[in-house]
Amino acid sequence: MHTIPGVEGFMYPNEVELQWSILIVLYPYITGLVAGAFILASLERVFQVSAVKPTYRLALLTALAFLLVAPLPLQLHLGHPERSFEMYLTPHRSSAMAMFGFVYLWYLMVVLLAEIWLDYRADIVALAQSSKGALRWVYKALTLGSMNVSPAARRVDDRVGYIITVIGIPSAFLLHGYVGFIFGSVKANAWWSTPLMPIVFLFSAMVSGIAAVMLIYDASCRLQKRLVDMRCLDTIARYLFYVFLIDFSLEMLDLIHRIYEADESFRSLDFMVQTRLFTSQVVLQILLGTCLPLALLGLIQLRRFSGTVRRRLYVTAGWLTMIGIFAMRWNVVIGGQLFSKSYLGYTTYKLEFAAREGLLSSIGLMLLPLGILWVLVKLLPPWEERQAM
Amino acid sequence: MDPSRRELLKGAGKFLILGSAAAAAETAAAPTAAPTPGYDPFKHLWGMTIDIDKCIGCGNCVRACERENSVPEGFFRTWVERYGIEGAGQEHPKVISPDGGKNGFPPSADASAKQFFVPKLCNHCLDSPCVQVCPVGATFDSPDGVVLVDSTYCLGCRYCVQACPYGCRYIHPERQTVDKCSLCYHRITQGLTTACCEACPTQARTLADLKNPQDPVHEFLRKNKVQVLKPHMATRSKVFYRELDGAVR
Amino acid sequence: MGTRWKDAAHLIRPAAVFILGLVLFAILRGTVVPPGFGLYGHYRAGALDENRMKPVRYAGQAVCADCHTGEVAARNAGSHRTVSCEACHGPAANHAEDPDKAKPPKPQIAALCTRCHEASTAKPAWFKQVATRQHYPGNSCESCHQPHSPKL
Repeated sequence: MHTIPGVEGFMYPNEVELQWSILIVLYPYITGLVAGAFILASLERVFQVSAVKPTYRLALLTALAFLLVAPLPLQLHLGHPERSFEMYLTPHRSSAMAMFGFVYLWYLMVVLLAEIWLDYRADIVALAQSSKGALRWVYKALTLGSMNVSPAARRVDDRVGYIITVIGIPSAFLLHGYVGFIFGSVKANAWWSTPLMPIVFLFSAMVSGIAAVMLIYDASCRLQKRLVDMRCLDTIARYLFYVFLIDFSLEMLDLIHRIYEADESFRSLDFMVQTRLFTSQVVLQILLGTCLPLALLGLIQLRRFSGTVRRRLYVTAGWLTMIGIFAMRWNVVIGGQLFSKSYLGYTTYKLEFAAREGLLSSIGLMLLPLGILWVLVKLLPPWEERQAM
Repeated sequence: MDPSRRELLKGAGKFLILGSAAAAAETAAAPTAAPTPGYDPFKHLWGMTIDIDKCIGCGNCVRACERENSVPEGFFRTWVERYGIEGAGQEHPKVISPDGGKNGFPPSADASAKQFFVPKLCNHCLDSPCVQVCPVGATFDSPDGVVLVDSTYCLGCRYCVQACPYGCRYIHPERQTVDKCSLCYHRITQGLTTACCEACPTQARTLADLKNPQDPVHEFLRKNKVQVLKPHMATRSKVFYRELDGAVR
Repeated sequence: MGTRWKDAAHLIRPAAVFILGLVLFAILRGTVVPPGFGLYGHYRAGALDENRMKPVRYAGQAVCADCHTGEVAARNAGSHRTVSCEACHGPAANHAEDPDKAKPPKPQIAALCTRCHEASTAKPAWFKQVATRQHYPGNSCESCHQPHSPKL
């Protein structure tokens, strides 16, 4: 019997090699963090949840840091990265992928940068006057030449910022729902093709973004040895719990629907989940990455714990959530390519280490936004005390 | 010029362009031949008919395609599958395609199963999912109904590979752009048939021009029970199979 | 009203940056899009001709028949009438271009015959098949069958 290493059963001969690697796992993961962080920030701005105020600016900067990195995994994965500008020149209107560049630019330029600029304008002007050397010129450039921070001007900023946030919420939904549509609209792939995909992507994005800001807020307080605002942490965790519940329900709905309908793809996909995807889907995504953090967050809602214990539980739940959502992206992107479109066989994904699309570059791409965030925080301190200064 | 060559050229007057194309084949990989004048892409609509009853699984088509189109090792613009169905196991066929069937298949002596060969290639769909998803227009439907690739414009994003329900696309390992069956566009636009059809010993595969009223395809479609692959995908495939078993996917 | 305008004036600046970006993009798009793009559809029209200009390697039966009249006549009279020359002899466009310079290699008869005719239950019943182990073992196919007209 003729066999190909890593292949079980029958694959169409061109299917043996996976097309989309771990980099394409990172792409929805990172854009999800952007959308989630932004939506958390907008809670304070639009929905007047004042408890999360300490994280408002941090969430905006986090969203920006990750948004700047979001196109890199795509770029790195292209066979011809130097041709990617064609997406802007001749976007194919029927392609779900072609609009990404425009949605991305819209979100970056019109929403995030504008909102951050408007919010930070007073700080920028103050810093442009107080700092020295090269930094002074950086801040001067950031003022775009306008030093008017009179209370009346700031009121205008606040008003416009509010409008931009209101536009920003559907934009964040669009950005990530759209990423879900890229997968959900592939009719050839039974694992991807579901109208629930954009919604599941959106809610999992909010889950991961909220968890990320919570962890970054907690870590920044530890690093700066400042007191964490427990009311803020409690509120974020509560929102995380609610959104996570919706996300989990949607994913379970998808699962139950698939099991009950049991269409032509079911036997094949079920076998894949029982075998090749068992660790990443059942163990990492569902049990450790969803059920456990949900149980932890739910427990805190029901019982009283001391601040220290709550904080530890939040951090634990946050990390588990981050792992769970990463596993979810992995299972969608990689899982969708492990089975044959003939439903007669399975292939294997070999994650390389030091290759262009390997583990090392992925780790680098995940650390890069944290580095950018560090620079952004240095440049535009999000802390309240400084703001009051 | 020796007489035989002169005679050949005279005899092959209508294939003059072929001659220059062959010269190009000799000189370099860079295409130098000019396209045939007088070919109007709007007057043709290309497809293929495949007769399962005639396929003997020799793999001639796969080898010919590989040589005609310099298909890289391990990838296939066309390939042949062998199906085996035991009893009522219509939903669980056993399928093999060793090396795409390039060197034929191991002989089988299993008389209890229903067995047959299925040659596959790009279906040159009229509603191609691959064309739909290409973000830049690097893969497209030609006016004569062939799904082609612009390899100088392709980003290598691989979305089309994901979108093809039939597994017909791959990334060319050297060019890092997508590659697929072109229905031998360089041949059919100058009056030749495809390499796979040329090499098929039983005429199981036949090039079809759906816009030509004289083409035998019309009779083929009228007189036979015809099916396309994965009809539920609704891609308006133009590769028509005669006597295709329902188990084939 | 005048003061309100003054207090919103700084918003012109990011708007100007944004509009400048749009204008630059429009200019770039106008100059960099390849010529012929969109002529027939959402693709570069030149790609059609480029796809046509690839070299031909299989000359086609008509070209073979122009010179090799005897062989083709024998083939046409026998059961191999549907088998094109290049199905067995391989691609011959080079040979057709310059018959003396390039000659198709002599086919490996045994492998060639069995690839089609080795008995297999997967092959259609109408097709002539032999189990080579039982069918005059030790003898080559062409010692009895003439490949161009194999009937005995």
